[in-house]
Amino acid sequence: MNNTDIIIHDEKDNVGVVVIEKITPNQDCNCWIMENDKSAKIQSKSEIPLGHKIAMLDLKEGDAILKYGHDIGKVVKNIKKGEHVHVHNVKTKKW
Amino acid sequence: MVNMEIPKSFLGYKRENGRAGTRNHVIILPVDDISNACAEAVANNIKGTIALPHSYGRLQFGADLELHFRTMIGTGKNPNVAAVIVIGIEPKWTKRIVDAIAKTGKPVEGFSIEGVGDIDTIAKVSKKAQEFSMWASEKQREDCPISDLWISVKCGESDTTSGLASNPTVGNLMDKLEPLGVHLCFGETSELTGAENVCAKRGKTPEAKEKFLKTWNAYNDFILKEATDDLSESQPTAGNIAGGLTTIEEKAFGNFQKIGSRQFIDVLEPAEEPTKGKGLYFMDTSSAAAECVTLQAAGGFNIHLFPTGQGNIIGNPIEPVIKLTANPLTAKTMGEHIDVDVSKILSRQMNLDQAGDELIKSTIRVANGRLTCAEALGHKEFVMTKLYRSA
Repeated sequence: MNNTDIIIHDEKDNVGVVVIEKITPNQDCNCWIMENDKSAKIQSKSEIPLGHKIAMLDLKEGDAILKYGHDIGKVVKNIKKGEHVHVHNVKTKKW
Repeated sequence: MVNMEIPKSFLGYKRENGRAGTRNHVIILPVDDISNACAEAVANNIKGTIALPHSYGRLQFGADLELHFRTMIGTGKNPNVAAVIVIGIEPKWTKRIVDAIAKTGKPVEGFSIEGVGDIDTIAKVSKKAQEFSMWASEKQREDCPISDLWISVKCGESDTTSGLASNPTVGNLMDKLEPLGVHLCFGETSELTGAENVCAKRGKTPEAKEKFLKTWNAYNDFILKEATDDLSESQPTAGNIAGGLTTIEEKAFGNFQKIGSRQFIDVLEPAEEPTKGKGLYFMDTSSAAAECVTLQAAGGFNIHLFPTGQGNIIGNPIEPVIKLTANPLTAKTMGEHIDVDVSKILSRQMNLDQAGDELIKSTIRVANGRLTCAEALGHKEFVMTKLYRSA
């Protein structure tokens, strides 16, 4: 219970947030889903710092990133499960 | 687990108009930029007074001028202010502000500089300021019902820990305190972009929903008109991006956690005082911290909650700003700015309910007079919102 590495807001989300100082490539991470208090596991592919997002699934260009159960932007470069999700592969749909 | 019992009262300053303050300031308020020097000289002469210098107040017109007056008047009327001195270059606008503040019943006096000069004005104003300061110093804190708290919220230098934990902690506090009759206010029109439709659904009435969307659309149209690029580095900020926030939509859904499961009863103009009774209000504001808090203070809010991720350091001269963070690195590296550390939510050693209780305790302590970190460090950001160029 005390070694959660990643928190996911909502069961529908396809990204989680790193809540330890950083995760390293090939690390087996414990995930906690806030909405329903369930657990999940994922192996990372990138180094990802505190507060940054990890892909919980393979994501294709044009897919919507779901966080809080809502659309928060579009994938602009294919992302593999376990990779870092940020401004290099996701863009806003606004502005 | 049994929830803590929420205090029913705090120790505040009862004002002539029935409101209560968490602070007892005597302010020297310049009407315009060129009266700043005079106001600052008086505040330097007379202990227990504070000058609120700012950059505007000349040749403004239309809605921009109305907002200027609303901000000046609202700041003077705020119950955290015991007495007010207004100094302007000329008597007419000065009097307009004095007369409106006087309706609260608190001591207020205006002075103008034209035809007198700075030095004699400073001497004259200093005498009145001394009288006000010594009068205010005898005011005592008294038991006030918790419903006398008017709590505003705004987050800054957010990161993903804000949406995960510190903003939901504020939401938890709102869910617990709203039923006790407090007034609550959130703003940041531009930072609800992406969550605007979800937010609109929280309007308590069809009118409130419609007014919110109209307000958001107007702000968004303005941004689209003025934007020269995709707003990267402005929204989200470089700090937001460093903290892991990728898009404005992500930032907006994080921001929105601050209102918990509450519904808003009305949409306020910037610096407008709520008039529909207790409950949650949305105020149309910029998302820049000092501008937003200055407007909320002018709307009459007497205590502010400010969740931060990467470490925004803002304070306000009249409304105490309580900072909380869930980012363990920020709590460690910027500890002198953080009033409430809720980073244990991330390691799951604390739940939201416990964090909300901690925040309520800190809010009451600050309402009772404990200095916030921002107050102790001397943060007094008073920033007027300007809508467009002056004539």
